[in-house]
Amino acid sequence: MPKEFEVESSSNAQKVPKRVEFVKERTAARVRQEETEMVMTVPNLLVREVIAFMILVIVLSLLSLLFNAPLEWQANPQHTPNPAKAPWYFLGLQELLHYFPPVVAGVLLPTLVVVALIVIPYFNVNLKQEGMWKQHRPQTLVIALVSIGVVCAALLIFHVYAMLVPTVLMTLLMLVPYFSHKEHGPIGWLATRPVQWWVMTWFVVMVLVLTAIGTLFRGPEWSWTWPWDHIY
Amino acid sequence: MFRHGLPISNRARAESVFYNFALHVHPVKVRKRSIKFTYTFGLGGLSAGLFFILTITGALLMLYYRPSVTEAYGDMKDLQFVVSSGQFLRNMHRWSAHAMVAVVFLHMLRVFYTGSYKPPKEFNWVMGVLLLVLTILLSYTGYLLPWDQLAFWGVSVGTNMARAVPFGLGDKVSYLLLGGNIVGENALVRFYVLHCFILPIVTLGLMGVHFWRVRKDGGV
Repeated sequence: MPKEFEVESSSNAQKVPKRVEFVKERTAARVRQEETEMVMTVPNLLVREVIAFMILVIVLSLLSLLFNAPLEWQANPQHTPNPAKAPWYFLGLQELLHYFPPVVAGVLLPTLVVVALIVIPYFNVNLKQEGMWKQHRPQTLVIALVSIGVVCAALLIFHVYAMLVPTVLMTLLMLVPYFSHKEHGPIGWLATRPVQWWVMTWFVVMVLVLTAIGTLFRGPEWSWTWPWDHIY
Repeated sequence: MFRHGLPISNRARAESVFYNFALHVHPVKVRKRSIKFTYTFGLGGLSAGLFFILTITGALLMLYYRPSVTEAYGDMKDLQFVVSSGQFLRNMHRWSAHAMVAVVFLHMLRVFYTGSYKPPKEFNWVMGVLLLVLTILLSYTGYLLPWDQLAFWGVSVGTNMARAVPFGLGDKVSYLLLGGNIVGENALVRFYVLHCFILPIVTLGLMGVHFWRVRKDGGV
C-alpha cells in the first residue's frame, strides 16, 4: 500500500518553524495542466503589435483617401431635417424611442444595459460554462420560458415586432438542443452553450437589429423606408 | 534597441522590455496561447492604437479649429479646401472615431465570449465597460464640433433624450450639458472642452488602470 502522507521537519525549531506536510493521496495536489508555453515578449509580441498597428494605419489611410467625412450645410436651428438622426451608435436607442416612452427608451433601458454589463462578472453563476440544458432540465425550461414570456409580452404590448421576431427565433434555436440529443454538429454545439452565452448573444442581436433598422430603414417621420428608396 | 543593437540573447531581450519605458507595460515573457491572433484578434491593442491615432490627428485639427458658432463651420470648410491635407486629417479622425466605437465594442464581446471577465479579472471588466461608455461619449461630443446640420441635429436628438430623465431632473441635466436650453454657443464650447480635454484625460487615466490590471491579473 502506498504511503498516504509525508512528514517533513526541520532540525532547528528556533530558527525555522516546524513544517508538517500532510498529503492524503486522494487530495494530492497534482498538476492538472502542463505549464503553458512561454515566449519572449521581444520579439514575439512586439513584432505582432507593430504589424497590427501598421495595418491599422494603412487601412485607415486608404479609407481616408477614398471616402470623405460628411459635411452638410451649416447648422440651422430653423430648419429641422426629416428625419433628424443621431450618430449610428445611438440609432438603436433612437429606434427604441419610436416604441417606448422617452423615459424608458432614453433613460431606463440604457442605464439598465450599462448596469447589467458592469455586474456580469459578479454573478458567479455557472462559472464552469456548462451547457444550458446540462442539469435541472425541467426547472431550467420553466424559468427560461417564463422569463422570455415576460419579455415577449412587454414587447407585444408596445408593438416592438422588430425585437419580438428575433427573440422568438432565438428562443426556438435555444430549445432545439432540449428536444434533440445530438452531440455533434451544429446542434451539439448549441447544446454546449451556457445560459450567459444565450443572454449576451440575444443582447448583441438586439443591438445589431435595432441599429440596422434605425440606420437603414427609417425615413421621414421615422416611417419604414427601404434603403434603396431614400437619398442616402 | 537603437542604443544597444538587436537583442540577440534572451537576457538582452528581457532587458529591452524592462529597461524601456514604453515596453515595460508588458511582462518579459508572455504565454504563447495569449498572443495567438485568433484568441484576442488584437482588439484591445487596436483600441489603444486608435486612441493614439485620434490623439495625434485631433491635436492637429485643434490647430485649425475655433469652437465658436460663427467660426466653426468656416474652419471646417478651410480644412476641406485651404489647409494642406486638411481633408485627409479630418477623414482620418472621423473614420478612426467610428472604428474605435466598433473595435472597443468588439473587444468587449471577445472578452465576454472567452470568459476573460471572470474572477479575479472582474474589476478590470468594470474598467472596460466604463472605457466603452467613455469612447461613446468622446465620439458623441466630437460629433457636434463641425457645426453642420448633421452635427446640430444629431446632438439635439441625443440631448432631447436626456430631457426624459425623471424626477424633474431632465431639464437640469440637459441645461448642464448644453449650458442653455438649446444647442448653441455654450453647448459648442462645453462639448469642445469635454471632447478635447476632460474626456481624453479621464479615458487616459482609466486606460492606465486597465493596462495595469491586465498585468496584475497575469495577462500580456
